[in-house]
Order: sequence, then structure tokens, then C-alpha cells
Amino acid sequence: MARLNRRSMLGALPAAPFAGGLVARASTLDDKSREVTRMRYFPNVELITHLGKKVRFYDDLIKNKIVVINFMYADCEGICPAITANLLRAQKLLGDRVGRDIFMYSLTLSAEKDTPEVLKHYAAMHGVKPGWLFLTGKPDEIDGLRRSLGFSTGNLKLDKEKTNHIGMVKYGNERREWWGMVPGKAKPTWIVESILWMDDTKVSKPAAQP
Amino acid sequence: MANISKRNRRLEKAIMDASKNRRELIAAQLSRRDLIKMGLLTSAGFLIPKNGLSARAPQFGGGSFGDGNCYGFYGRGGTPVSPPTTPYLEAMPIPPIAQPVLNADALTGPLPQAAPNTAAGEGRTRAHQAFTTLPPQKYYEVHQREADIIVHPELPVQKLWTFNGTVPGQTYVANYGQPILVRNFNDLPPNNGGFGIQSVSTHLHNGHTPSESDGFPCDFFAVTKWYDQHYPNVLAGFASTHPPNGDINESMSTLWYHDHRVDFTAQNVYKGLAGFYLLFNQFDTGNESTGFRLPQFPEFDIPMMFNDKNFDPLNGPTPGKLVFDLANRDGILGDKFLVNGKIQPFFNVKRRRYRFRWLNGGPSRFYQFYITKQDNTNHPFWVIANDGNLLPNPVLMTNGVRIAVAERMDVIVDFSTFAPGTKLYINNRLEQCDGAGPSDNIVSASQGNKVLELRVTSDTVTDGSVNPATNPHFYNVPAREPEDITRCFKFDRENGQWVINNEVFACDDVRFKVKRNNAERWQLEGGFDWQHPIHIHFEEHQIISRNRNTPTLIERGRKDVVRLGENDDVELFFRFRDFVGRYPMHCHNTIHEDHAMMLRFDIDDVGNSNESCDDDHHR
Repeated sequence: MARLNRRSMLGALPAAPFAGGLVARASTLDDKSREVTRMRYFPNVELITHLGKKVRFYDDLIKNKIVVINFMYADCEGICPAITANLLRAQKLLGDRVGRDIFMYSLTLSAEKDTPEVLKHYAAMHGVKPGWLFLTGKPDEIDGLRRSLGFSTGNLKLDKEKTNHIGMVKYGNERREWWGMVPGKAKPTWIVESILWMDDTKVSKPAAQP
Repeated sequence: MANISKRNRRLEKAIMDASKNRRELIAAQLSRRDLIKMGLLTSAGFLIPKNGLSARAPQFGGGSFGDGNCYGFYGRGGTPVSPPTTPYLEAMPIPPIAQPVLNADALTGPLPQAAPNTAAGEGRTRAHQAFTTLPPQKYYEVHQREADIIVHPELPVQKLWTFNGTVPGQTYVANYGQPILVRNFNDLPPNNGGFGIQSVSTHLHNGHTPSESDGFPCDFFAVTKWYDQHYPNVLAGFASTHPPNGDINESMSTLWYHDHRVDFTAQNVYKGLAGFYLLFNQFDTGNESTGFRLPQFPEFDIPMMFNDKNFDPLNGPTPGKLVFDLANRDGILGDKFLVNGKIQPFFNVKRRRYRFRWLNGGPSRFYQFYITKQDNTNHPFWVIANDGNLLPNPVLMTNGVRIAVAERMDVIVDFSTFAPGTKLYINNRLEQCDGAGPSDNIVSASQGNKVLELRVTSDTVTDGSVNPATNPHFYNVPAREPEDITRCFKFDRENGQWVINNEVFACDDVRFKVKRNNAERWQLEGGFDWQHPIHIHFEEHQIISRNRNTPTLIERGRKDVVRLGENDDVELFFRFRDFVGRYPMHCHNTIHEDHAMMLRFDIDDVGNSNESCDDDHHR
């Protein structure tokens, strides 16, 4: 990048609030890189939502979206209810953006037991709003998805335990190839802040840190 | 559960295959050269087992037979194994020395000021604490930007993120008593090529730096923004225990800077955002005829940053491209070893003493470095500084030196006894098969990762540097005082989530407050099965005890990273003097760090007793 002199930099400053938007339009971005990322991490497997609809993981749920992904199972006790409660508060804080440009997905670690009906009951019981889908599918495919998405560990003994995959929430922006994780037990405001970093229509501000 | 047992069977088969392959290879009595030619042995000395197994850390299970080879089964298809590269083709680069601009007025943008210049696009949120009391005497300007970088002549040009165009970034050469200001621009490109985020916070590890210039993980700033970082280059104690100049025994020498953006540190540093920052004073002068007479800078005083990385296979859609595993939460191990940004380079040395400043730049691997001769015998060296802090005296190392991520070891290596043409190797002999940490196996010298070839030249050369064998004295370990409080920290994993005292990181979560200038004792405890290099920002600590024992000689100094082995119990002595503000403590396995194994503490003039060992919340 050419070195800016003071004048050109000052000239550029009034445009700064829109820079993110300009960047977003200017870049169809690196399609080859996105393709490799897709192949490596986002198998396009078929899943069923808690509303009974068949969807493809990459095509329908990930592509061109800001997403929030976690793993759970309906009869999980311990920390699971607290994490679900945190995500519910996050959904509330994000308001009608969930389902519009931010999408939340909870995938089951117990695909045999967690049928769409079970998940529908779970979502209703917790008061989940539209834009947040609970997903099940073929057990081996969901297990592959779990590992592709990084809800796993190289320690096979630990990897067998479902409870070792419920602590994290993945967030990302597929088009920008931004992928991070935030703990599900974090405060809902912090979860929301992490998710909003993925919004490239705004210039990101420093984190709130009173 | 059916999946698990199926995977286990496949894993078992894979391990058996690997073992069989090895036996076949040994039976065939192939030489090392044959194996390299066949692509079955990496230049680093690792066998590449057949059938999709590789020397890289296994994603899903695996391990070692104690022979220096990691065998694993990749549960996820398509995990790349880096292409073979011929070792020692290119000279090791030495990062350029940063040059100041003429004066403050020569900086791009407005004149620096104490308050954040938000209106002019500065990303800083807090005023400089020492701008008027320790005013900058030199001004630097750095642009974080993408650049085309060659990591190896047999691999394609990489698009990396850099400070002013090089990886590692330019080396700052600073002096105590000479404060500087660095104007830091974020000019990163819209396209990240697969990983990294275009907002940054640059940490100076481990300066005695006011919080607003420290590179706190939450002080990140966006593209088109800039950030003035004021480095006072002042000794700890200057405004408290040792006015007005600080405690000379708190002098630091080898620092580094790197991106610290919360949740994205591993990705951004892996992509290139790191460099050296060296501090000199009247004793550690850079001139071998003055002060401690350490080898002359920059001719014989050489910074070396070690990294391990992975590259896509040549037959894939993105051949030979740097790849970061976004799905790894244990720790990323690379199968290519880079020194100052090049894969297995060489370095010409003259027949005399050198000071090498070794830095483990991550992301996750632990090293144990030896200097290995061509006949695979060991050449001892002296450690003179740990984490950039000169020890009281040099320590002769006959069994290598271990370095975790972010640790630095300054060593003196003597090449005067070698004939011209002799080759030696910096050789990592520590076996590590996954991100959890190394095993305790030290592999044979012939099986290590020979990351750098040292070639002794025939040049005649003088050597005015001090001979470490004469046991020169450097600094004393600063006197400790009774602690005002003892705090306890347990580093563990819970529901697959890294935690400190069962809690996770958030920018606005102040876990405890340290009263400025107080002395504290911190007890750090490691969890089962995992090793963590723990870094605490701001002031250097002393290790009081490790598992209730006196630490080893090279740990009896000052440090800013402490290695926590499995179930280790380490006691640290701390003071937090002179400045106030927010700082983190975190695991420097950058993958753990990015998964919330971090906490924020604040220094103020009141303090509190949170996280104290008496708090039954934690014990």
C-alpha cells in the first residue's frame, strides 16, 4: 500500500465510517480460498431442522452468512441449560438481526435420540425465537461435521465424551473467512460482542472494556 | 458409539501400518539420503509413514513409539501434509533494523499527543500515562500490510501479513533512558486468504509499558486506523522502589512484539505479525569492548525466531500455500520449521563466540534445542538470559535448552574450535505429537528437527567478547520483599473449554485488582494432561519454587513466561510498579489463548483480594 501523506490521509478520514461497506463491495474476495475452506471445514451434508425441513449444511446454512454454531443434546444436564440460557439472551440482544443477517445453529451430539420432534420440543420449551435452528441428521455425518468444525480434541478418550464438546460456540463470517470461538458460559453481552465483530458493514470498534 | 470403535479400529490399523512401514524401511537398509530421495524422510529427520499418516500432530488420536516419529490417524479427510522441501538452500535472513523518522512532524498524520486523537483516526482509547514525564526521543512509523514473502525457494510466494513488509518484522533497537513512540498503522487487505482478522493490537512482550501502549488484547483497531504506542524504555521501580532511574537489576534485553487481538492472536501471528525489540543499556551495550562485553551487535548478536507451520500439498487447489487449521483447539503443530521466516535455512558463522537470541514464536510447540555436530555429537553452549533477562551468571548447558512458546533464551555459542567448513545444526530433539504438550522423550540427535545449519567459514576474525567460562557476573536477582497477598490460579479444561479458575475471558471482566507497587505471591497450578506456557504482562516475575523445589539455575532469574507442566505447582513473586491500567495473564499456546485461557487484571491504587488463595470459590 502506498504510503499516505498527511493530506491524503486526512482526506480519507471522513470516509472511514463507510470503509467497511466499501471494502465489502469491492471484494468478491478470494473464491479459491473460500472453496478450500469449504472443502476442509464445511461438508455439505444433509441435516433436518427442528421444524422438519431438510437443509444442506454449507449451501443453506453457512454460505454468505454470519453464523453462530454450537453443539448440544436435548437431555444434557450440567452446564448445558446455562449455555442455552446464555445463547437465548444473546438472541434477544441481537433482536431481529437473528434470522435476517445473523443465523444461530445448535447441532445435536445425540442424533439417534434427538429427532426433529425432540428438538422442536426443546426449542419450544426454552422459548427459542425464529432464526435459531436446532439440527439433527445421520449420526456419522454429524460426528464428521463436529470434528470438521473443531468441536473435538486429539485426545481420543476425551473426544468420546459428549460433555467435552458443549463448552464452545463458534462464530464466523463465511464470506470474509473470519472464524473464532467464544465460550458458551461467557456473559451474553460478551457473546454478542464477539458475534458482532463478524459484521463487516461496520468499522469494528475497540471492545467494550470499562 | 459405533463410530468411536470404528475409528479406534482404523487408528489401530493405521498405527500398525506405520510400524510395519518403518520395519520394512529399516529392513531394506535404506540410507538417510535414499529415504529423502524417496520422499519418505523429511529433511527434518522425520519419517513420513505411508497410508495417509504423517509427522504432523495427529488430529484424532495417535502417539509415538518414543522414536521421534509421531504416528496418527487423520479423522478428517484432506488434512494436508506439507510438500517436501530441500533443507539449507537459503541463508537465514536477519530482520532489518527499524529506522526512526526524522522527528515527530515527519510522521504521517497529526503530531502525537497524550490524549487519544480519535478525530484523526487513532484507535487508542486511553491517554498516555508518561507522555510528558518520559517524552519520546525517537519516532517510528510502521504499517501492517500484506506482502509477498518467499519462505522457501521450492514453495510458491506467500501472501503474508507483515510489519513494513518483512517476516519477522523489523527489529527495534532501543536504549534504556531513550523513550520512543511507534505510530502503528493498520493497512491490512480486505482479503485474508483463509484465516486472520483485519483488526490488530500489537503487544510489546514484555516491556515495562503503560497499559495503553502495551497491546492489551481488547485494544484492537480497524483497517484505516492507527495507534500511537509509547514505549518509555524505563526500568521497573523508577517511580516507586528505585527512583528516579529504576532498578538496574530489572534490565531486560530481548523483547518481541506480536499481534494480540483477542480470539485471533494465533491466526494473526501465524500469518506473520511478529518481530524483535532489543533493549541495550550501559552494561549490555551491544559493543563487545564495553560493559559486560557481550558479542558485538549486530555482527555477532543474532536474533532467531523459530516457528513451525504447515503448507498445502502441491497437488491441491492451493498448492504450497500456508495453511492454518481452524478446527484445532488443542494446539497446532507444524511439520515445517522456520527460522526468521525461512524453512530450514543456513547461517554462516565465523570462528568465534556468538550471542544467539532464541525465541519460540509459536503457535504451540515446545522445543528443546541442542547444537549438534555433523557426527551427531553435542556441542554445549551457555545460556546467559532467560526471557530476555540476563541471569546472574552464564549457565553451561550440556543437555540442550527447553523453550516454550514466547520464551526467549539468549545463548553464547563458541565456534572458535571448529575447522572451516564444519557444519553444525540447531536441533530440536524434543518429541511432541499433539498440542497437549511434549512427551519427555529426547530423541537421538540424528532424529531431531535440524532447523538451522550453521556453516563455519574460514574468515579470520577477532573475538573481544567475554568468555562465559570465566563466569562473568551480570545482574543480581532483585531482592524480594514480604508479599501483601497470595493469589491462586488453576489452568484447566472444562467441557472442552480452556479456563483459569473455572472462568473464561471477557474484555470487561476485571478478575482482580493489584494495588500498584505492592508485592504479590501467585501460585499457578497446571491441570491434568496438558502443558501451558503462562505469560503475565507488564512486570517480570521470579520463580520462588517449582513443585516445592528450588527451580533450575536458568529459572533462577526473572521471567515473563512460566512453563506449567502436567499438574505442576509453581510459585511466583511479583511486583507491579509505576504504572496503572489493565493487563492480561494467559496461556501462550496461542490456540489456548484464543479459546479464552486468559484473564484481565487491573493495576490501580486500591487493589482487591479477588482470586486470593483464601477465596474458597477457587480451592
